[in-house]
This record gives sequence, C-alpha cells and structure tokens, in this order.
Amino acid sequence: MRELSYRDALNEAIAEEMARDPSVFLMGEEVGYYNGAYKVSRGLLERFGPERVIDTPIAESGFAGVGVGAAMTGLRPIIEFMTWNFSFVAIDQVVNSAAKMFQMSGGQYKIPIVFRGPNASARQVGSQHSQSLDAIYTNFPGLYVVYPATPRDAKGLLKMAIRDDNPVVFLEGEILYNHKGEVPDEGADELIPFGQARVAREGTDVTVVTWGRPYYTVMEVAKELEAEGISCEVIDPRTLRPLDHASIVKSVKKTNRCVVVHEHWPYGGPGAEIVDRVQREAFDDLDAPVLRATNLDVPMPYAVELENDVIVTKERIRKTILQSLYRS
Amino acid sequence: MSEELVGYYRQMQRIRRVEEESARVYLSGKIGGFLHLYIGQEAIAVGAGAAIRERDFLITTYRDHGHALVRGVSARAIVAELYGRDTGISRGLGGSMHMFDEERRFLGGHGIVGGHIALGAGAAFRCKYLKTDDVVICFFGEGATPIGGFHEGLTLAGLWRLPIVFVCENNHYAMGTPMERTNPVSEVTAKGVGYGMETDRFEGHDVEVVAERLKAAIARARRGEGPTLVEILTYRFRGHSMSDPGKYRTTEEVDEKKRTRDPVKLARERLLARGVSEERLAAIDAEIEAEVADALAYADASAWPTHDVMNATVLAPSLAYPPRFDGAHEPFEATSLPASVEPMLSKGGA
Repeated sequence: MRELSYRDALNEAIAEEMARDPSVFLMGEEVGYYNGAYKVSRGLLERFGPERVIDTPIAESGFAGVGVGAAMTGLRPIIEFMTWNFSFVAIDQVVNSAAKMFQMSGGQYKIPIVFRGPNASARQVGSQHSQSLDAIYTNFPGLYVVYPATPRDAKGLLKMAIRDDNPVVFLEGEILYNHKGEVPDEGADELIPFGQARVAREGTDVTVVTWGRPYYTVMEVAKELEAEGISCEVIDPRTLRPLDHASIVKSVKKTNRCVVVHEHWPYGGPGAEIVDRVQREAFDDLDAPVLRATNLDVPMPYAVELENDVIVTKERIRKTILQSLYRS
Repeated sequence: MSEELVGYYRQMQRIRRVEEESARVYLSGKIGGFLHLYIGQEAIAVGAGAAIRERDFLITTYRDHGHALVRGVSARAIVAELYGRDTGISRGLGGSMHMFDEERRFLGGHGIVGGHIALGAGAAFRCKYLKTDDVVICFFGEGATPIGGFHEGLTLAGLWRLPIVFVCENNHYAMGTPMERTNPVSEVTAKGVGYGMETDRFEGHDVEVVAERLKAAIARARRGEGPTLVEILTYRFRGHSMSDPGKYRTTEEVDEKKRTRDPVKLARERLLARGVSEERLAAIDAEIEAEVADALAYADASAWPTHDVMNATVLAPSLAYPPRFDGAHEPFEATSLPASVEPMLSKGGA
C-alpha cells in the first residue's frame, strides 16, 4: 500500500486500462494538451498519443454521442465531462442513447462506456457548477451509477467500470481530487465490484449511510461522537445503482437506527430510496424514524457563509444522528 | 443497367408493399404506437443501399422500416417487430421506431430527432480509430437540421474528417411545418460550409441518380477525404405518422407529387421502356405479395416477448456486478417486504 491522491488514483486507473486494452480511449474537453481541467488525465496524451486521448470542442452532446456510437461498434470509450453539471446538455445521449440501447435493440447493442467527471460542490463556483447529479442518474434503469469517496475505491471502481459492458455514470467528488488515501501498489490490478457497500467504521448505536464528499464529514462526526460514548457504524454504498441495500439493512438490524447523509437535494434520489428500503425491510427493528441530513433545498449560493451552510454541515449531521438516538 | 434497375425496383416495391400493408393492419389495431411510413421516399434508401458495402454502417431515424429492409433485415422480422412479437428484429422491445440489426451493421432506428447524428459520427470515429476503410451513412430529415444534435454531430465529423456521409432526406415538412418556417436558409446544403464539408443536392425520386450520386460521396469518405452533407429532395406521400390528417398541405399538392415523383412508378416505366417485359415485373410483384403475406402471417403466429426477455436486456452480462453475471436486471421493487411482515399484511394486519 502507498498514499495516493484521489486524482492520481483515477489517473492510474485510466492509464492501466488504456495500456491493457487498445479499444479504450479517453475523450473530452481539455483532456489532452491541457492535461485535464482537473489534471486527472495528466500525462496521458504524452503516453498514449492524440489518437487515444482526444481533445474535443465544447460540444458535450456531440462527443457523448460519438462515444455511444463508438461503443456500439466495438470500442470502449471513457467520456470526460469537465463537470457533471455540463452533462445536462448531453443527457439525451446518456439516457436516451446509452441507457436504453441494449434493451431497445432487443439485447443486440451493448454500450461499454464510462461517462466520468467531477460532481457536486467545490468552493464558491455558484449554482450552475455545484450540483450533485446522483439523484438524477440513479433514476434510469440501464445505467450503473458509481460514486467513490476514497482514492482506493476511485481506482478500483473506475477500472471495473471501464471493463464492464454497460454504461456507467462515474461521479467523482470535485472537492475530493486532492484527498489522499491508501491505494494498493502499482500493478495490483484491484477491481472493486459494483453493488458492494464498504463498512467504513464499525459501530453499535446507529447506522450512518453516506457517500461522496459528506463521507469525510460523517467520519469526523463519528470520531467526535465516539468520545461522547456514541458508536456509529458508517456505511458507504460506493455504487448507488446497483445499491447494496442488504448490507445497509443488516447493519440497521444490529443498530436499530439509521441516518442517511448526502449532498444531493432532499427531494427524492438515492437518499430517499435508502430510507424507503430500510423502513420496509427493517421495519420491526427500527427504534426511531430513519432520518436524513442533506444539502439545503435551494440552488447553491455564491456567498461563502451561505454556501457553507447549504452543503450538508457537520453540525446538521451531528444533530441528526443525536436526534435518531433521542438525545438532541 | 436494366438488371441493376430491376433489383432496385424489387427493393422499392418491397418497401412500398410492406408499408402499405402495415398501414392497413395498423387500422385493425395489430400495430400500436407511432407508425411513420416511408412511402414516396423509397428511392433514397434503395439508392443508398446500392452505394454502400455490406460492412459499412447505416443509421437512421424513426422512419426506419425501409432502411432496415435495404440492410437485409427480413420482412418477417420487421413486421413481427411492428406487431411487438418476440421474433421481431428487436424482440418486440423496440417497435416501429427502434429496429436494429447488429449482424448487418444496422445501427438503428432512433426516436429523438437529431439524437442519432452524433452516434453515426461515433461509428465513423470507430472506422477511423481502427484504421479500416468502412464508412457510415447517416439519414435524417430536414426537420433535424435546426436541432443541436445536428450541429454538434456535423461539427465533430467535419473537424475530425470522419468517414461518414450525412444524407438529409428533405421531404419538405417537419411533421406539419414546411421548411420555410423551420430554417433560415432554403437549402440544407447551405449549412455544409460551416462544417467544412463537401455537399451535394439533388432530386431523389430517380433511384439510379440517387445510387450514382451517393456512390461519389461514399467513395470520398472511403478514401479518407472526409464527410459529405447530401441533401436529397423527396416527398412523403402519407402523413408524418398514422395519426396525421395532413391538413397542412393540399390534396392537389400530394396528387401532383404522386403523379410526377413516385420512385416506384418511375422505375417501372423506365424498365418497360428499356424492354423489360410486363410479365417479368408482374412476376416480381407477385413474389413480393407472397413475401409480405407470409410476413404478416408469421408475425400473427409469433409469440409475445416475456418479462424474462425484458429483464435480461436492461443490462448486458456484467463483470462489475457479480450477482448479475447473466445480465439479468434487478428491478427496484417498491413493494417488496421481508418475509416476517408479509403474512401479517395478507391477513389484513396482525
């Protein structure tokens, strides 16, 4: 094991898969000569050449569609959105083309494609650049939705996504790129399967389910609460579709309480989906209503004080956990 | 030359008859949803089919039955798809607008106007990436030219000099709206300059002209000299779909076009003038009648698709999701309950 940033873990995943399979290519805005808007593709142009690391004009719908067409005809594209916010102008290709093609064609055309890029809030980039799209893309059958929090998960899940024959929406936490963590040594070729949650911290009093950016805030809160005698079990589903609800339910049956913490807006989405499943499948085991701590239900403001409050805060997470324990 | 035209005639007549019979049975309720007929435009698909090779790719819009036939999909598989049967070319999961045949490199039938144009460019990207000399032919109507998908698809194809021919089948009406009310220019080819693309524009009721002109564009793409935007002027004799009463154009206009621009009629008259006998053409027509009747009977007798088929085609067999190596979809069931609760509910509460 060694320490690697989330960014470099993703970079390694792409490089290893491109080296392994010549049908894999990377396409997007500024991925080549600029080395990536967030430097995830640093060095890849130099190593693999402009035929496989392809800069595009600002035309998300166009290059997302080119990716799907290439996937239909035997290639394995990695399509980078400079941010997932820009995928709105290409959502027709992600949903109507990529997600539906295999079924619409009666099981003929597989779409082995990864759409990836930074997701959710960063720092003061305003409402059009701060959205978390997990709530949208999880709604569509035919897509896998992956959202790693740690560098190790980022690498292992991205490699897996590239090798799978289905379209994958791969959400990277924009604020997480510099985050460092342990990653298996080069050449370890770790592939992390989808639909398997990771228990990030074992505990006995309450199950906290979280993913993406708030994962780190939750881990901090859990540490603080431990000092106060409260034991949190933290579960990161890692993939939101498929969702490993069995692991979540199993944990809730042990702790009898559940809090879901996420960055997408509170209306619907995987956050609400998890609550639904827990209430149905662990109804007899619950000692309190399943609660959620989320971003506030407003478009992201620019002003720093407001932004800090809209993004699911440490205080709200702590308060919600205490509430579920009837200690607030 | 006559023998070639006999082949074209046969193909056009097959399309015409499959479409006419589909329209007839649609009224009896055997075909559901939308049904967009190709009647009047047959010379374009058939001319294109003659201009490309078997291993070239073809992609089109929701008005796709004619293109599917030209690609070699059987009338049986097409009609069975229209009937929503398991034996349909897309196993009854696609319907009229979504016919696909991977083996014949038919990239489908797409329902979002302009959405498939970049997919065509993607297939052309693949041809270039793999250094093959395969090309792509991509069809759409003039109604697709204002939408962003057209602009981005042609921008990338032009920028990267992809081996693709874009064929705009200009039938003058985007659903019910004539081109002068949908486009700031009167010729689609006027747009080609913005994509650094060669263009060609001609009338499309003469199948020999269509085949010849498209061969030039295809050859250019195959030589690696980049894409072409071809505008072919045509006319659809039926409504946009079966639900279209066609109030936006006069009967006189439609009759005039049927008289002067019917590609099937034109080919037939030319064949007779070139000395092909009436008997020979009648024999071809009779063969086609039998083929279409057989297709309808086959579709009628075919089984419906099952839930198993549906669930098995949401996702391809998956490496990433071990419980679903078989590709079976795991539906989110909003009503599933643990076994301990179910008996209580079935008794109407504990």
